[in-house]
Amino acid sequence: MATPNIPLWEVFIRSRNGLAHKHVGSLHATDATLALQAARDIYTRRGEGLSIWVVPSNAITASDPSEKGMMFEPAESKIYRHPTFYDVPDEVGHM
Amino acid sequence: MYTQALNSSEGEDRNIEDAARAAQFQARIDAEERIEPNDWMPAAYRKTLTRQISQHAHSEIVGMLPEGNWITRAPSLRRKAALLAKVQDECGHGLYLYAAAETLGTSREELVDLMLAGKAKYSSIFNYPTLTWADIGTIGWLVDGAAIMNQIPLCRCSYGPYARAMIRVCKEESFHQRQGFEIMLMLCRGTDEQKAMAQDALNRWWWPVLMMFGPPDQASQHSDTSTKWKIKRFSNDELRQKFVDATVPQAQFLGLTIPDPGMKQNANGNWEYSAIDWEEFKQVLSGNGPCNRDRLAARRKAHDDGAWVREAALAYAEKRRQRAALQAAE
Repeated sequence: MATPNIPLWEVFIRSRNGLAHKHVGSLHATDATLALQAARDIYTRRGEGLSIWVVPSNAITASDPSEKGMMFEPAESKIYRHPTFYDVPDEVGHM
Repeated sequence: MYTQALNSSEGEDRNIEDAARAAQFQARIDAEERIEPNDWMPAAYRKTLTRQISQHAHSEIVGMLPEGNWITRAPSLRRKAALLAKVQDECGHGLYLYAAAETLGTSREELVDLMLAGKAKYSSIFNYPTLTWADIGTIGWLVDGAAIMNQIPLCRCSYGPYARAMIRVCKEESFHQRQGFEIMLMLCRGTDEQKAMAQDALNRWWWPVLMMFGPPDQASQHSDTSTKWKIKRFSNDELRQKFVDATVPQAQFLGLTIPDPGMKQNANGNWEYSAIDWEEFKQVLSGNGPCNRDRLAARRKAHDDGAWVREAALAYAEKRRQRAALQAAE
């Protein structure tokens, strides 16, 4: 008999240094409680984090990599969004 | 942690791929870009990686067996806690790797079923028995040492999820090797019997460990595609030589003799080892090693014994889902 499929979850962990939760990997679990416990065992055996989020993988909507050109082009062409675009005379000092 | 010779690839399927997309793909690889799960990739790249990563995952899981054999008989609480943590790490490594393999489109359950059916390979090294406590030291020192040699280049593998899993694995693996070396050091500084036990373990593991790197370069027909795709960054023989050169001084420090009387250091400082018995390697890979049947039987038993847990957890989740749906409807 084939092994039944168990839902997939994505795991996000906030490390000690106060940064945002970061994706660390995925795991299989039948419900959210078991997913949290499995995430603790699989991804935080050496004090990697202080907080865990688990999200059902099928709840994530992802951008299409083949359309990344169109998706991110607007950010590429707007160099005036960066501070280095603007000239400030050296006499003014650090700004 | 162990991919050894299993990293073979299939070049033929590529002919049917869209040539322009394949060229674009290769250009991305050549530019050291990482390939991510939803990116277009040649079918053969997907197939090669699915096989390599899943075999690597199976190796981690089967690799828990030879060491698990000694958890109840570890000589002290300190050793027992360390061994338990190490075996738990191997399980974690297996799970990171299954997760990476799944991103290529085959479910973990399917991959596990293939292994249980005896249709998927795992590292040959785990088909050798752990007869004494010194074998646990030797596995940590040499088997994990060889695995680290193999895995460090995989941290730069072209497939993103595999590379990221390997970074985690490599971080944890260094504890494994050091705890193994420490066991060997204690035995070598102990009584004559203890030192003899360490030497005996080295005698039995040395050649199988060298085989972990896979067949010699001239016999490894699939390496070219894996190298071109930057799945593989060094040849089997290059990694094997690196391992031997790193290990000889460690053995000397322990006062142990490597069971290769013909071994000598050449002008470049490399240790030249004698011919490896590739027939033994072939036999072990094809199922005729000392413990192949035991290992598979133990995996199948564990899987079957856990079936009720998977069923109960799924049934419970389903019950709660239905109850929540009912409450929402009220």
